Amino acid sequence: MRYLTDRKRAVGKGAAHTGTEDHWYMTVSAVALAFLVPVFLIVFGRALGQSQEGVIATFSRPFPAIVTALLVVVGMRHFAKGAQMMLEDYTAGTTRKVLVIAAHSVAYLVIAVALYALAKMTFLGIVLGAMN
Amino acid sequence: MAETKRVERPLSPFMIGPYYRPQMTSMSSILTRITGNALIASALLAVWWLLAATTSPGYFDFVNAIVTSWFGDLVFTLSAWAVWYHYLAGLRHLYFDAGKGLEIETAEKLGWGIIIGSVVLTIITVIIVMV
Repeated sequence: MRYLTDRKRAVGKGAAHTGTEDHWYMTVSAVALAFLVPVFLIVFGRALGQSQEGVIATFSRPFPAIVTALLVVVGMRHFAKGAQMMLEDYTAGTTRKVLVIAAHSVAYLVIAVALYALAKMTFLGIVLGAMN
Repeated sequence: MAETKRVERPLSPFMIGPYYRPQMTSMSSILTRITGNALIASALLAVWWLLAATTSPGYFDFVNAIVTSWFGDLVFTLSAWAVWYHYLAGLRHLYFDAGKGLEIETAEKLGWGIIIGSVVLTIITVIIVMV
């Protein structure tokens, strides 16, 4: 009699060792982005072309700041995994490793810079608000 | 222990061209990948602009001039189209994943829906942003 179930023998096998984890993440983040993207486009589009004070005033408000933070974090994780899938299809070996690491690094860099900028704009918004 | 033999595993072959005629379904699918990955360019540009807004006025003016130039307008307008194309194509993938819309005729109609829909949504976005 076999004590291992079919599932238990299958988990962790396969080329990626993670099953459909990445695909499921793309599904979840796609649904999140379906709600975030239209809102962000309006927020960002309206801010574009304003003066520096106008830009700071926009992104120091809670709604635009939180929408932008969510969009950048979810969007950049979605990008990193999507870019990885593309690279896994068209490259191999060391080239693949280097490019996958680079794609993830760029995505994390964008997240860090955006969150830093949003945090600083919130602070600058308070300072400018107190001056006026 | 036997020496492990290094196997040169084949990459997934690029099927369009040598093996398959370009079709509506394959073209609209590859364009999903191209638009999604290309959007990193405008993400970098947008985040650079956000960062510039937190620095000196001189530096903001420098970055803002690039972002709001004809070049910036072109990049962001094309990106708006890429966003909407990727958005609609992504929704189509969710629909496909549910096991629906896979009949060739329906899939091709959905492909045209994405192309036309993305152009319409881009125009609407530009109008909303400009007004």
